[in-house]
Amino acid sequence: MKGRFTPKVVTANDLRLGDVVYLTPDDRWSRLHREAELITDEAAAELRLHFAAAQKLTVVGVCLADARPGPDGPEPVHFREAFRARGPSNYPHGKQADLT
Amino acid sequence: MYDYSDFDDAFVRARVAQFAGQVARRLDGSLTEEEFRPLRLMNGLYLQLHAYMLRVAIPYGTLNPRQMRQLGMIADRWDKGYGHFTTRQNIQFNWPKLEDVPAILSALADVGMHAIQTSGNCVRNVTADHFAGAAADEIEDPRPVAELLRQWSTDHPEFQFLPRKFKIAVTGSPHDRAVTRAHDIGLRMLRNAAGEPGFEVIVGGGLGRTPMIGHKVRAFLPKADLLPYVEAILSVYNMLGRRDNKYKARIKITVHETGVEEMTRLIEDRFAQIRPQFVGHDQALLAEIEAAFAPPAFRDAPTGVYDAFRAADPLFRAWADTNLALHRNPQYAIVTVSLKAHGETPGDATGDQMRLLADLAERYGHSELRISHEQNVILPHVHKSDLPAVHAALVQARLGTANVGLISDIIACPGMDYCALATARSIPVAQDIARHFDALKLEHDIGPLKIKISGCINACGHHHVGHIGILGLDRAGVENYQITLGGDGTETAVIGERAGPGFAYDQILPAIGRIITAYLAIRQSPHETFLETFRRTGMGPFKAALYPDEGAQDAA
Repeated sequence: MKGRFTPKVVTANDLRLGDVVYLTPDDRWSRLHREAELITDEAAAELRLHFAAAQKLTVVGVCLADARPGPDGPEPVHFREAFRARGPSNYPHGKQADLT
Repeated sequence: MYDYSDFDDAFVRARVAQFAGQVARRLDGSLTEEEFRPLRLMNGLYLQLHAYMLRVAIPYGTLNPRQMRQLGMIADRWDKGYGHFTTRQNIQFNWPKLEDVPAILSALADVGMHAIQTSGNCVRNVTADHFAGAAADEIEDPRPVAELLRQWSTDHPEFQFLPRKFKIAVTGSPHDRAVTRAHDIGLRMLRNAAGEPGFEVIVGGGLGRTPMIGHKVRAFLPKADLLPYVEAILSVYNMLGRRDNKYKARIKITVHETGVEEMTRLIEDRFAQIRPQFVGHDQALLAEIEAAFAPPAFRDAPTGVYDAFRAADPLFRAWADTNLALHRNPQYAIVTVSLKAHGETPGDATGDQMRLLADLAERYGHSELRISHEQNVILPHVHKSDLPAVHAALVQARLGTANVGLISDIIACPGMDYCALATARSIPVAQDIARHFDALKLEHDIGPLKIKISGCINACGHHHVGHIGILGLDRAGVENYQITLGGDGTETAVIGERAGPGFAYDQILPAIGRIITAYLAIRQSPHETFLETFRRTGMGPFKAALYPDEGAQDAA
């Protein structure tokens, strides 16, 4: 028996910069996790994943990552995704510096 | 040191031009990511968590000042002002943009450097003792042999698609500072009964998922037989190595499954077959390379200034006691510059620091620099009378930390702060441990102690051979750290023993604290090192200190 579907976001790395990006509901790639489309249905997740993976000149490493709703939008569930959404912990580099 | 020949220069520049074309074709859509990925990896370009990462080889850890300055320039111009020196004597840039990478590779080619074979299933950067050519206990400088192996293995058509990556380490001293027993091939120089130099050949060592100490396949290999013998080992591995399972593909598994005796027989048979084909070109080339590694013209001058400073300045004395090693010329010292300032990222150097190190090498160090697998920088030839000036300059640049070989001189892989393979963070664990013991002013009292941290089982942080090893894992979505004790990466190499269940991120520092408290309580004298104490007592007292509640439960 299949378990309940955990909500997902579509994420990837920007082809040119390598920066982490998220697919938004209006088909943009955002650098902010909170702007990602939170997908709650498995079939929809597959569709969005295929849509994203076709954008070979924009992104690489397209995949689904677990997420949950938060007050400002979707939030990462796993700590790896939290680091991807923020940047490294030893320097104020990456998103935590670039996007604040 | 060895300078690129016209052949080397043309080869590297041709590769840069080729890669520039590949990047352009990726960006215009002519190449898919599936097609481009193996091409970028062949040029050392990875895609990590937050950005691309470029891994540049520093062959046998040797740099000249011009190269070090260029690395600093690259850090400032195309990265975020720093570079990360790794346990494989490479440097990694963590933030390059894809379209800038051809320009970076071109800037590297300008100083005789490249990123070729820093990824993929080929012979990787050949590493060597970081004190090579300077150490008092050395038989011969191992770098000419390492350079010969580099030239032979670069683009070698037979060995570009091995079952898995292949790492060779060489040391010219009986004392092993190059962790040769944890490499696919380890070469340790020694002398035979007639006093001739040769190599003890170790095969099948490695850390990672299945840690193994290498096996001796030849007790003494004459120097002249080295290249055919290494080729024989690779040929046997290329035939027998498993390609069906990535996790069983390293030569350590081949040796384990084939048996050391049979493996040795196969290598010797192959060696007998190919040895006659080596008719002396390799030896002529080696002789040329050896000439390029002739020792510098050492100065003959009084060293009284050093003794006077040592007596007068306690800060200088503390640094001299920990960061200097014996040079074969008694007027000289080997300086290890710590890239482990308390609370900083192990192995990172800023562009400014790289330029200062280049200046110091030029002014005081016969224009030589080394990168150690322990992620520090070495000035291998400094006259003792220059040490006070060198120390003063290092202190100004936050490079004067007196902690080499102590608890805060930690090896740490990039871990989950950067690496796409990592399962937990390494760097902040190292930072916390260093800060903690610095605040307690305990580290000189604790004495020699090697802590090594890896953020996943691939063990880039060499945790298995740390006196204290820390392995970061993902346990049900939470960072968890396993501790191993008693590991040793020298000529008496041992894989550390796992202490027991792991610790949460916020519990790892207290756990290390309990190990150290136990050690200080049970050591027989301040001269008994942590490793000696562990070897005397075994795991018992450390386990009791790490898991006090278990003892209480057992007693109840």
